[in-house]
Amino acid sequence: MLTAEGVAVFRGERLVFRDLFLTVPSGGALILAGANGSGKSTLLRLLAGLVRPAAGQILWEGADAFADLAAHGERVAYLGHQDAVKPGLTVTENLLFAATVSRRSIATALEAVGLDALADLPSRMLSAGQKRRLAIARLVLSTAQLWLLDEPTLGLDTASIDRFGALLGQHRAGGGIVVAATHVPLPLPGATELRLS
Amino acid sequence: MRIFWAVLTRDLRLSLRHGADTLAALMFFMVTASLFPLAIGPAPDTLGRIAPGIVWVCALLAALLPLDRLFGADLEDGSLDLLLLSGLPAFGIAAAKSLSHWVVTGVPLLLAAGPVAIMLRMPEDAIPVLLLGLLLGSGLLSLFGTMAASIVLGARRGGVLLPLLVLPLVTPVLIFGAAAADAAAGGFSARPHLLLLGAMLAAALPLCPLAAGAGLRAAVE
Repeated sequence: MLTAEGVAVFRGERLVFRDLFLTVPSGGALILAGANGSGKSTLLRLLAGLVRPAAGQILWEGADAFADLAAHGERVAYLGHQDAVKPGLTVTENLLFAATVSRRSIATALEAVGLDALADLPSRMLSAGQKRRLAIARLVLSTAQLWLLDEPTLGLDTASIDRFGALLGQHRAGGGIVVAATHVPLPLPGATELRLS
Repeated sequence: MRIFWAVLTRDLRLSLRHGADTLAALMFFMVTASLFPLAIGPAPDTLGRIAPGIVWVCALLAALLPLDRLFGADLEDGSLDLLLLSGLPAFGIAAAKSLSHWVVTGVPLLLAAGPVAIMLRMPEDAIPVLLLGLLLGSGLLSLFGTMAASIVLGARRGGVLLPLLVLPLVTPVLIFGAAAADAAAGGFSARPHLLLLGAMLAAALPLCPLAAGAGLRAAVE
């Protein structure tokens, strides 16, 4: 279970949000909505432990999540704006680091996002949507409980979105939590919505 | 520890793939060092006397070249976020990056330093001491460099700031490193200089990655 208790975040001198409370149970999903610049990405980075709160606390299973930042990192799979794809490496090589960390199979993850046929292709040849799918393959590889997704379906075609929906379902069925910032509908049945202003 | 090696192999693989960037530092070292005989003249006496200083200054400047991209590329494409979320503490990431900088830049410079010293007519019996000093010194350069690179990360014109931050920090390394080779060339014991370099390395080994880790955390925030 993920809980935020009265958190506030500053970016430089500007207050992004304050007195924010949220709770997501195991297997649950939370959609962050709101206008551009309303702090969706900042909230995701806060939940990941990349940004520190100015006030309040993030709790994981009732205990302070940021007491050990490295351990919190292991609980988190973060899909940011950027795909973190290295153009000089092949599709498989891009996943080697994530696979070493989690000891899972790269082939299975590539199959899950439909990139198995391109495994040995240099990543600079991929389209924007394919790069996004490669970043999603990294989520599949991770053993993390908490998926933090920033506009996850950006650039994906309908077939890929359906496949991504199945992956989200599998993750939640295994007790995982999904928090996603988005402007478009996501395949997350039963998700609660938090509107930031 | 497994993640530490994963970060290291990832960085080495990337350096291997971008071979031109990796070779640039080495080429810079050799080219700048060979400018000195042209500018000063090939007289063995003059050249041999200042050879340790030339090798040290050129190695130091060459080691600075790849620092700009050490974290820069990872910050721009979002990889740094993922590295920090890998479960390895930030200082572990910084330590792995220091080690990869040393393997990719320090070791080739060490290998090239011998031939360059011979080219500059350095007294032969002083060359082992020069290399021993560089072995310790290149490690220190990587550690200080990683720390400075993480501190200027995200700053506008960080590439300009970087040498201004690193060079004053490494002056003691330069002084004792060049002094060790000078002492050996003059027939004195190089031991105290090398011991001081070793002491600096022993202090920097735990402290620089800690500072660099804090710098990385601040950069992604």
